[in-house]
Amino acid sequence: MNTFLRKRFREQIMVMFGREPKKPEAISEPAQQIHLIKRTSNKEKLQAAAAHAEAHMNTSHKWRNRRWAVLVLVNLFFVFSYYFDIQILEGALTASRFIGFHLIDLNSALQVMLAHRNIITNLLIGTGTVLVLWILFGGRSFCSWVCPYHLLAEWAEKIHLRLVREKLVVDAPVDRRLRTVFWVVFAFLAVATGYTVYEAISPTGIVSRTLIYGPGLALLWVLALLVFEVFFVRRAWCRYACPIGLTYGVVGILSPLRIKYTLEGCFHEGNCRKVCLVPHVLDTVIKGRAVHTEVPIGPDCTRCGLCVDVCPTGSLTYDVKGLSKLL
Amino acid sequence: MSQDEKPDAPPAAAEKPTARAKPPLSRAKRQELRRKFLRTLLLTGGIVGAGLSGFLPLVYARTPRLRPPGALDEKDFLASCIKCGQCVQVCPVDAIRLADLVDGVGVGAPYIDARRQACDFSCDAVQCILACPTGSLTYKKPAFLEARPGAPLAAKPILLAKENDPEPTLNLSERMGVARLTRPEVCLAIKGKGVKGPARGHTFRGKMRYVRIDRWKPVPIAGVRYDVEECDLCVRECPVKGAISIETVYAPDGSLRKSPVVHEPCVGCGVCEMICPTEPGSIEIVPREVWRA
Repeated sequence: MNTFLRKRFREQIMVMFGREPKKPEAISEPAQQIHLIKRTSNKEKLQAAAAHAEAHMNTSHKWRNRRWAVLVLVNLFFVFSYYFDIQILEGALTASRFIGFHLIDLNSALQVMLAHRNIITNLLIGTGTVLVLWILFGGRSFCSWVCPYHLLAEWAEKIHLRLVREKLVVDAPVDRRLRTVFWVVFAFLAVATGYTVYEAISPTGIVSRTLIYGPGLALLWVLALLVFEVFFVRRAWCRYACPIGLTYGVVGILSPLRIKYTLEGCFHEGNCRKVCLVPHVLDTVIKGRAVHTEVPIGPDCTRCGLCVDVCPTGSLTYDVKGLSKLL
Repeated sequence: MSQDEKPDAPPAAAEKPTARAKPPLSRAKRQELRRKFLRTLLLTGGIVGAGLSGFLPLVYARTPRLRPPGALDEKDFLASCIKCGQCVQVCPVDAIRLADLVDGVGVGAPYIDARRQACDFSCDAVQCILACPTGSLTYKKPAFLEARPGAPLAAKPILLAKENDPEPTLNLSERMGVARLTRPEVCLAIKGKGVKGPARGHTFRGKMRYVRIDRWKPVPIAGVRYDVEECDLCVRECPVKGAISIETVYAPDGSLRKSPVVHEPCVGCGVCEMICPTEPGSIEIVPREVWRA
């Protein structure tokens, strides 16, 4: 029993013998807080606040789990196609054939076209198919729903954030214009040297080939990137370097599939920005920034759904442009 | 409301000078910006540095590597290969491997180590070329790429395995390299020695399609026993018609002796290199080599 309750216990005995109860002289800190809330709010507001707090507690991982499942399945599909020779999805992420249909990664295709300057029909068909596919499915959703490096980086990010919480490392952001610079540099190098040099360091290609054809020393580069991301810069590769991300981001400009922000229910707490790989696309959730009642999130969004999962008010949702009008 | 505010443009413009005159950044903020700039430089340097290491294959490109059949010339090959490994997947004998960082032939680019496992065309149709999505491996070079003299084959090579088929040839217009007797001093044919047992020992893991054993399925070479009086394995197992034969030739000292002799139809597949029972092999493929009459 704490001091407040002990005092009251004694007073209650006195009340039994006839003394009138009086206002307490001292109240415990937690009780004071609740009193304060009760003084400043009406009942409805209080219930809403309680519901909101509960929504915060019930963190969902619905979209994350779905996304991880898709990512793992797609990559396993590549692996099994070769391993068991079932020939459904042959190749690696850079280029493949799905039941005979050519699929070619847009950035790899671009690099080859720039370096070789000869576009054969299969290359064109494969690139076109993938372009249409990712226009439909949201551009950078390639990153979060397919790219195997993204998953590794997500896990590294968890370690990084934990170290940040324990004040062992600090978050050290880098200039985001760097990614655009890299895109131009690697495109230029491909044209100038006639060699697809980016493919030599592309963690997407390296990890994908590792899964399918077995590991090699090139994995050391991927490991170095992950270590750098854990100890120095959060999600360094995906945020500030990867030209593949920018290529698919450009495709995302045309995509009808995106995350939609609804201003009305939002409490502007910013949890979505904390979990986001690309928080600059969520600037609209800052109090006073939304230009309209509903705002679609920009093309650099990877449609990963972490913000959808974390939002307690359902203000961020998946949306297909024009679909609600059709239905 | 907003319409009312529109005429107020001058005051908005008047704000500009004040914005320009905003107080200088605090020391801490300046320091943070400087650090961010330095970190950006560091990341740029690191990734560009790693990227430049990717150019090593171009430097090494002068040392020819045996690429899969139908590969463009090395520089064009490196420009066009998308490193997907579809050629690896279709190869029935797993002859094609993808290069690692230290191989120096391009991370993820396909090559063949013929001594370990040669291409024996047991797919009958050069399927790696069919699988290639970018034309890095091609049946026919595009017009703007010139063939080096001696690289094109005089005629489509006849695959002995399907010699009696209506279409006995391989769709291959240029050679991968040319076989050359690089170590005649150890060659069993020259020494007049024979072979007993498996060509490369019991532990050799290479595979080959032997038409006399199974027309459609490659089998482990370690499981095939030979018993020949005078070694002619390179000739016996060569999958291409007329590419190599045992001839009686003049030795450097003027005497006559038997020796494997490579002829123009050689495509450079590497079966002779793989099957050669001497250690190290007496006959090897010179990758990218052209035919010199």
